[in-house]
Amino acid sequence: MSAKTFSYSQYFYTVFIIFIIWYAFTTSLQPAEIVTGIVLSLLVAYITVVNFSCCNPILITPAHIIYFIQYFFVFLVALVKANFDVAKRVINPKLPINPGIVSFETKLKNNFAKMVLANSITLTPGTLTIDVVGDKFYIHWIDVTTENKNEIYKEIAEPFEKVLLKIYGSEK
Amino acid sequence: MDTLNYILEYIGLFFVLLGSIFLFLGALGIYRMPDLYNRLQAGTKASTLGAMSVVLGVGLMQPNWLIKLIVIILFIGISNPLSSHALARASYRRGIRPFFKKKMDDYESQIRDER
Repeated sequence: MSAKTFSYSQYFYTVFIIFIIWYAFTTSLQPAEIVTGIVLSLLVAYITVVNFSCCNPILITPAHIIYFIQYFFVFLVALVKANFDVAKRVINPKLPINPGIVSFETKLKNNFAKMVLANSITLTPGTLTIDVVGDKFYIHWIDVTTENKNEIYKEIAEPFEKVLLKIYGSEK
Repeated sequence: MDTLNYILEYIGLFFVLLGSIFLFLGALGIYRMPDLYNRLQAGTKASTLGAMSVVLGVGLMQPNWLIKLIVIILFIGISNPLSSHALARASYRRGIRPFFKKKMDDYESQIRDER
């Protein structure tokens, strides 16, 4: 493991996230459970913080929460559509696929936002993120309908990126 | 209270049924698709929604477990696309070439540039 440094805010952010997960699993207010949770979170965070905090935590404002909810719905609709899409292709006796690997460039700079975008693309209709190199996303597309870069971007990434850009902006 | 539980149980059963249908379609997709990448597509998407839906259905039938199950759903939602991405990337770099009807491969030149 490389000896990266981390700040206190990153450390407590990690502790906080781990404790929330602990609390969601135990869902009890008994002091013993909570104390155990805090001690364990402090310990686990100390071990994992270097790998956990790839990026500075952003300050969450009420507007962000609204965008997160908006993102969640955009994502949910896309996920359900993706499933019906794949299901249709699988059931169809002709197996209507025309696979190819396409690429596009993202405007996002924040690593966490890129991760969210890549994961969302993987879960949406007929697309699977193969690699992210810098700003370039390489996508395996089950049914390539166009070779025009702009249209590829519009088809695959635009609905998600619009919302993510509002949350993270284009700064690091 | 009883009627509410009764309704929730039926909604839960519906979600479990829906989930199992998606899981079945995912399995069928893995059987029918021509190459690894398309199989990953079918496997990831159908099984993500399938598993989420089954877990949510169980959560509606047993409301005490709901919060824990929602954490599991989030975990599936994060880990499933991540693992399929890792599999696809590793197999491409190991030299497993995708199936094309008409060749369209931007990633090939990227790999060549790196070497």
